[in-house]
Amino acid sequence: MTGNAMMLLALFLGVLVLLSYPLGIYLARIFSGQNVGPARLFAPLERLIYRLAGVKADEETGWRSYAVGLLLFNIAGFVFLYLLQRAQAFLPFNPQGMGAVAPDLAFNTAISFVANTNWQAYGGETTMGYLVQMLGLTVQNFVSAATGIAVAVALVRGFSRHSSAVIGNFWVDLVRATLHVLLPLAIVFGLAFVSQGVIQNLSPYQQVDTVESVSYQQARVDANGNAVLDKAGKPVMDTLTTRKQTLAMGPVASQEAIKMLGTNGGGFFNANSSHPYENPTPLSNFLQVLAIFLIPAALVFMFGKMVGDKRQGFAVFMAMAVLFVGLTCTGFWAEQRGIPAMTALGVDQSHSALADGGNMEGKETRFGINDTMLFVAVTTSASCGGVNAMHDSLTPLGGMVPIFLMQLGEVVFGGVGAGLYGMLIFAILAVFIAGLMVGRTPEYLGKKIETFEMKMTALVILVTPLLVLGLTAIAVLSPIGRGAVANPGAHGFSEILYAFTSAANNNGSAFAGLSANSPFYNIATGIGMWFGRFLIIVPVLAIAGAMARKKRLTVNAGTLPTHGPLFVVLLVGTVLLVGALNYVPALALGPVVEHLQMLVQH
Amino acid sequence: MKQLRPALTVFAMLSLVTGLAYPLAMTGLSQLLFPAEANGSLIVKDGKAMGSSLIGQNFSNPNYFWGRPSATSPMPYNAANSGGSNLGPTNPATLDAVKARIAALKAAGPVPEGPVPADLVQASSSGLDPEITPAAALYQVPRIAKVRNIPVEKIKELIDANTLGHQWGVLGQSRVNVLKLNLALDNYKAS
Repeated sequence: MTGNAMMLLALFLGVLVLLSYPLGIYLARIFSGQNVGPARLFAPLERLIYRLAGVKADEETGWRSYAVGLLLFNIAGFVFLYLLQRAQAFLPFNPQGMGAVAPDLAFNTAISFVANTNWQAYGGETTMGYLVQMLGLTVQNFVSAATGIAVAVALVRGFSRHSSAVIGNFWVDLVRATLHVLLPLAIVFGLAFVSQGVIQNLSPYQQVDTVESVSYQQARVDANGNAVLDKAGKPVMDTLTTRKQTLAMGPVASQEAIKMLGTNGGGFFNANSSHPYENPTPLSNFLQVLAIFLIPAALVFMFGKMVGDKRQGFAVFMAMAVLFVGLTCTGFWAEQRGIPAMTALGVDQSHSALADGGNMEGKETRFGINDTMLFVAVTTSASCGGVNAMHDSLTPLGGMVPIFLMQLGEVVFGGVGAGLYGMLIFAILAVFIAGLMVGRTPEYLGKKIETFEMKMTALVILVTPLLVLGLTAIAVLSPIGRGAVANPGAHGFSEILYAFTSAANNNGSAFAGLSANSPFYNIATGIGMWFGRFLIIVPVLAIAGAMARKKRLTVNAGTLPTHGPLFVVLLVGTVLLVGALNYVPALALGPVVEHLQMLVQH
Repeated sequence: MKQLRPALTVFAMLSLVTGLAYPLAMTGLSQLLFPAEANGSLIVKDGKAMGSSLIGQNFSNPNYFWGRPSATSPMPYNAANSGGSNLGPTNPATLDAVKARIAALKAAGPVPEGPVPADLVQASSSGLDPEITPAAALYQVPRIAKVRNIPVEKIKELIDANTLGHQWGVLGQSRVNVLKLNLALDNYKAS
């Protein structure tokens, strides 16, 4: 790890706090019904939507009605996105003439974007026309993020209210999160990205004449598109030469901005944020990592403001920051160190003024080691899942960092909304454990934690590991599951473990060597994504409802303070303990074994 | 089911706003404010697009600087199908690929003593990386000098002129744009 890496990390966290704190105060006002700042811009549009939809904006509901509205809205989004992909061949804004997306892939992609996962079993520029990118994927980038924010706001209201039967109006929270939070930020970030070189057009793909010609081999196909085989049964290869390069185009920046701000992560292109048209400069990269953490961090400050004790927000922020810095530094160290067998071959992995060195397989020159590994940690701390490098080519321990960050449950800042409500569930567990230790009834923010809340908490904490480990076990035991891996040995196991960890935690990044576009993986990851999302959201809303109904207890000498360093340590310990208990055996079989193999390889 | 009407109406309205109005307005604004960037930062010479300053091209002849190895298919630097090799760190195929690239560099012309810069023999993530490190450019100077018969000092000047340092002193890595450098090489020959 270099001094430059430390400076980058410090700069990032500094700018993050400077921007997310005022945004958190703004969010607290927006979700208290005040129209301040940019909210005045789209307020007329907001009123129009309520009028057309028959929504009474001042009527709040209990948690059950809130959950029903949320599920109906998300099911509608799933159905529409599925049909849009199936029908894209007949629709406008499709200059490349992309055909219908296959049923299993369309199913997977629809769940993926509705569940804020944005796992991609397809390559963007070879599969999706511009209309699906805009009216399908971009829309879900907004509203799946707004759904997450709504759930977080509802849970915070559960703590900030007392003796109340209602937790808010889902339609109002959803529309306000979209119009007053996500949309203005997306416009600003989108234009900043274009200024750096991210493209934004509706043109067909451009052909350019390259300086050199290139020869390549291509399998010969017959009139039906099937490969022609020779007598030995091997495909016939033709050698072709071309001086043309086809540049994929499209409305990228508008999607890129909300992809980051909504912690979605679904790339316009196959190479995601490592594609120069998605992420052209170190500055655009910095803005992207900032955009990922901006709203999750702001929600933590909003939480402090809304419960009337900003210190509660600072404590949660500190717990997240401690976990983030620790794992980010592990990543810096592992990749800078490189691969011993490469050095033995005569590859220079050392750090100098002329090159960052380190392991450069699957990394872009403009980002080097530091900006790559910052992105890796940010995108998997938050449930973004966009990538600016191929995680499959990271060193074993460098690759374990994103896996473990996801396995902590996406609570280190986490997905927009999902990170905060996930961490508050861990806070409930932490005070419960502390209560057991001293023999007192646990309480958090003046609310007694009782049987119902603990049952729901246990459900939330157990659903994801069950999905991850269960689905991984099924895939590893089946020939179809094993057949999809690209790298042999322990790394192949890591590819499968990564896939289901990413899906069930709604991250969406991948060890992309895995051939995930098959009916088996499309359905299995689809199941992981859907239940990993909504089997969490419903119990969280139930907890919100239960909390709102309770009376507020007065603070006395026996109350465990939840704003000091002691609580931060307790919270970090709880998150690490649960994560480690669930996943250490699996990690030992994958990245840990591979690390030991790497050390003796040369 | 009184929630069905808001579910469908709110979804339809938000789809129109975020799925059509927003991206189309952003396209209009971008074309107005940053037309060159929004259309792909193309390098145009005599009215013909030669490439993009952001998208790398394949170079394999000894008289040009080579860029990052590219794993796109069916040909390298296929800008209509981006992607990396996804080779894992302990996969024997990773080592074989690197070995072959080192051999190709040494076969193409004279190289300096010592190890090869990592970015010159390890494939990029997008397969379209337009840049290499200054170390990787300097490693190729002896070959270019010999093939083109240009003094080493002049080539180093061209590299310097096409090198970008850390953005804001801390962001990213120092880098050289390979296509621009090679176009500068061709221009040098012409002058």
